[in-house]
Amino acid sequence: MKTHKAKRVEITIEAIMQSRLTEALTKAGVTGFSVLPVRGGSGRSGAWVRAGEIGRASGMVQVICIIRPERLDALLEAAFAVVDRHIGVVSIVDCEVLRAERF
Amino acid sequence: MEQILTLATNNLLSPIILSFALGVAAALARSDLSVPEAAAKALSIYLLFAIGFKGGVSVSSHGLDAKLGLSLIAGIILSAALPLIAFALLKVMTGLSRLDAAAVAAHYGSISIVTFVAATSVLESSGITSEGYMVAVAAAMEAPAILSALWLISRGGDGRRMDSDLWREILLNGSIVLLVGSFLIGWVTGEEGLTEISSFIVAPFKGVLCLFLLDMGLVAGRGLRRGGGVLRPGVLAFGVLMPLIGSAFGLAAGLMLGLSMGGVALMMVLSASASYIAVPAAMRVALPEADPSIYLTLSLGVTFPFNLTLGIPLYVAVASALTGA
Repeated sequence: MKTHKAKRVEITIEAIMQSRLTEALTKAGVTGFSVLPVRGGSGRSGAWVRAGEIGRASGMVQVICIIRPERLDALLEAAFAVVDRHIGVVSIVDCEVLRAERF
Repeated sequence: MEQILTLATNNLLSPIILSFALGVAAALARSDLSVPEAAAKALSIYLLFAIGFKGGVSVSSHGLDAKLGLSLIAGIILSAALPLIAFALLKVMTGLSRLDAAAVAAHYGSISIVTFVAATSVLESSGITSEGYMVAVAAAMEAPAILSALWLISRGGDGRRMDSDLWREILLNGSIVLLVGSFLIGWVTGEEGLTEISSFIVAPFKGVLCLFLLDMGLVAGRGLRRGGGVLRPGVLAFGVLMPLIGSAFGLAAGLMLGLSMGGVALMMVLSASASYIAVPAAMRVALPEADPSIYLTLSLGVTFPFNLTLGIPLYVAVASALTGA
């Protein structure tokens, strides 16, 4: 089966910044993404679990986008403008998709 | 003094406080006891609706007076002014950076609605009535402190912009909408409305509050376990001293407004309490470089338990002594 090269961008960010990030991505033309809750983890501020948090200030979410390689720079510029000053991780991996027209 | 001790003892041995203590102890002992997130959310919705509704019914029964407007104005002024005092105190007592001090200060101008709910429960148990519109004062005191903190930062040459999304999140956060909305429903439907749903919002109230405070105890205990190390002695002392200072300003405002004894006590509680839901969220957006482990641990792990166990009986006793009630 024929596959097409794509980039998978995973942005782990504070839940409070989720809507700002997805709006920025949409404005940059990235309309396809998934948002996943993060149940816990450990980083520079120590370990945490979602069950032990109160309010949305401390929780994290992961925004995942799969895009064509040529659209990567626009996505990263839009994302960086939002996540620059905040806790979070942005990672990019190469992947392949079946239906290129959807990305 | 005897009255304070009696109130404190009764308060400490109430099911509400003991439930909170159980939660703290379980978390510190690393028990796997937990309240599911969705259940905790449902409990908080119930409590906010009940307290707002009952406040509205009280206003409906006793009618409106000029004190409502003046109390709202006083609450807004207190919320905006207390961070300035907290900031000055933090600079003297702690070695916190300007950014961290401003973020902490914002928490102490805003309010803890759970502390307010617990205080109204203590007043009701003691047969003390209060002005129903104090619920609206609580809602009005959530946001001004955030503006004061941002002003403190901008004075240091580090201007921060409040975007429209942040404004919306602060002014229309779920707690405020529910509290004000249920207050209006209670106001419109009055005693008749209360009679219709009293079996739901009056009788189970304390039991639900116990469960909610069990969860709050778990959260506070986990926070202390995780973030206790970041609190130096000066910061810890601030977490106990600032509520006392805030309550003194609340006392002065309540007395000047001529509120009832219960109203004065609640104004003290509101001024003494520190936010741990609305303000941390705003600080993460507006001041992301400020260390959340300092302001969250201080507000939730130190000031909240202090107010819940010792502060509330103290404020009630002082309000009682100074209003002659």
